[in-house]
Amino acid sequence: MIYPPYFYFTYMKKVQFKSSYSQYLFLAPQLGILLIFLYWPIIQTFRDAFTMQDAFGFGATFVWFDNFLFIFDDPAYFIAFKFTIIYSFVITLITGSIGLLLAVQANNVMHGKSTYKTLLIWPYAIAPAVVGVMANYFFSERFGLLYHLFHELWGFNWYESVFDSYIYVIIAGSWKQISANFIFFLAGLQAIQKSVIEASMIDCKNSFRRFWTITFPLLMPTTFFLIIINITYAFFDTFGIIDTTTIGAPSGETRTLVYKAYMDGFRGLDLGSAGAQSIMMMLIVLVITIFQFRYIEGKIHYN
Amino acid sequence: MTRFITSSFSHLILLIGILIMVFPVWMIFASSTHTSSMINMSGLQMFLGDSFYENYLRVLLYQGGFFKEITALKMFFNSFIMATGVAILSVVTSLMAAYALVYYRIKHATFLFWIIFITILVPLELRIFPTYSVMAELNLVNSYFGLIVPISASAIATLFFRQFYKTVPDELLESAKLDGANTWRFFVDFLIPLSKTMIVAMLIFMFVFGYNQYLWPLLVTTSEQYWTVVMGLKMMSGSIVHRFAFVMMSMVPPILIIIVLQKHFIKGVFQDK
Repeated sequence: MIYPPYFYFTYMKKVQFKSSYSQYLFLAPQLGILLIFLYWPIIQTFRDAFTMQDAFGFGATFVWFDNFLFIFDDPAYFIAFKFTIIYSFVITLITGSIGLLLAVQANNVMHGKSTYKTLLIWPYAIAPAVVGVMANYFFSERFGLLYHLFHELWGFNWYESVFDSYIYVIIAGSWKQISANFIFFLAGLQAIQKSVIEASMIDCKNSFRRFWTITFPLLMPTTFFLIIINITYAFFDTFGIIDTTTIGAPSGETRTLVYKAYMDGFRGLDLGSAGAQSIMMMLIVLVITIFQFRYIEGKIHYN
Repeated sequence: MTRFITSSFSHLILLIGILIMVFPVWMIFASSTHTSSMINMSGLQMFLGDSFYENYLRVLLYQGGFFKEITALKMFFNSFIMATGVAILSVVTSLMAAYALVYYRIKHATFLFWIIFITILVPLELRIFPTYSVMAELNLVNSYFGLIVPISASAIATLFFRQFYKTVPDELLESAKLDGANTWRFFVDFLIPLSKTMIVAMLIFMFVFGYNQYLWPLLVTTSEQYWTVVMGLKMMSGSIVHRFAFVMMSMVPPILIIIVLQKHFIKGVFQDK
């Protein structure tokens, strides 16, 4: 998960305790867990990525960038790459706009605000894998409602059509994420000061224009935060959705990068390739983070 | 009058939104109270049937899995242990680490800070096989420890606690020092009571996070004894209405927690007073 840049700036109190051994007692549990269960595996990921296991698992040879060259030569990698980009873009767009629409309306009503909030917040808590299993029923050929509806409309068949399988996983992936977008946008709207809104009401009578020229720019920090949240969701959390819906069908067109890396490592037992793919994804996360620091942070103001 | 029209419009949009959220879940629930032959004949159902007790009891007590070694009840127990373990372990370690980072004049503060915070850029999915082989080397596959600890290796809560400590006025430490409080007393007697909302919010957040894990339990449990609910969904055999019933039950714990503790959760995460 990636957070807004102000989360990352080092911060210390003006009044502090002097450095002493007790500080390490406070740090030790977390640092210990991170070193053993996070840093050690990361080092192993790098070792895997630059070595090749022999066929019987007896040893590994150092192969420089061979594993990386193999994944770049693999058309399936680019299919997964393309799908992951499209998937995160569409999910961000759909869940962001529906979440914003609902948040604006919920902020607008006089009565029942908290009831609406409760009724829209709960899907956030459902596991992606559970959402996938549910979507499965609605897209089942036997009794799936959406399957039959779409089939009537344009001959929907996700087993064969790439476009249709995209629709399947996009609907499954967006559903619960609307909740998260709704919660954050509503909090963002409620944080805008009343006086700003009242002043804008005098200057601009058209509520539609008022929203896009005054309110929306003030929501920019929330919007960018949610874009990052939605992209990380589409990249990493959707594993459970893909694994319970299309399983990558048709022919690997709906595999995300994470899903492909897992399948290559688990089914194919190709740890070198899985390691190289993991490192590629770490690079992508790094690029997104740097982009966030450089370009977005410079253009918006956190109030 | 315009006020009335715009607000009716808002209510309408919100109702449509709620419908999109509630309708799919309702349909699976209604269908889960029918018999399998009913579903096979006439598809998903809109209205309740009368096989509720029969279906749900069977799912809870049925010996599932390839070796028929586990019931749904046991899976709920496992999930509960895992989620609680993740919540407590990550919140306690994060609370302490954030305290050291904010309230001590540490020598290599920036270095330690980055050692901890860079980790949120590397989710478990990116290091899943090496983490598995570490667990295998430590002989922790098929254990609650193995389910819990790698998921707790996360600095997310540390970030939130640090953000919260920033808002605590400096005068608190000054007056505590005047009262002669040492670091431990200040932490336990002053800071923890003050962070209560944040602690509850993070416990909820990490509980749901732990409960919803799918990939890691799939990999680290080869013995059916340690299956959790969310991964078990795919593994469970049984007829279609029993699957429906299991899906419905799997959602209940996290949804209930979010709805009941909604206020604390929102208060903590958005830090509004």
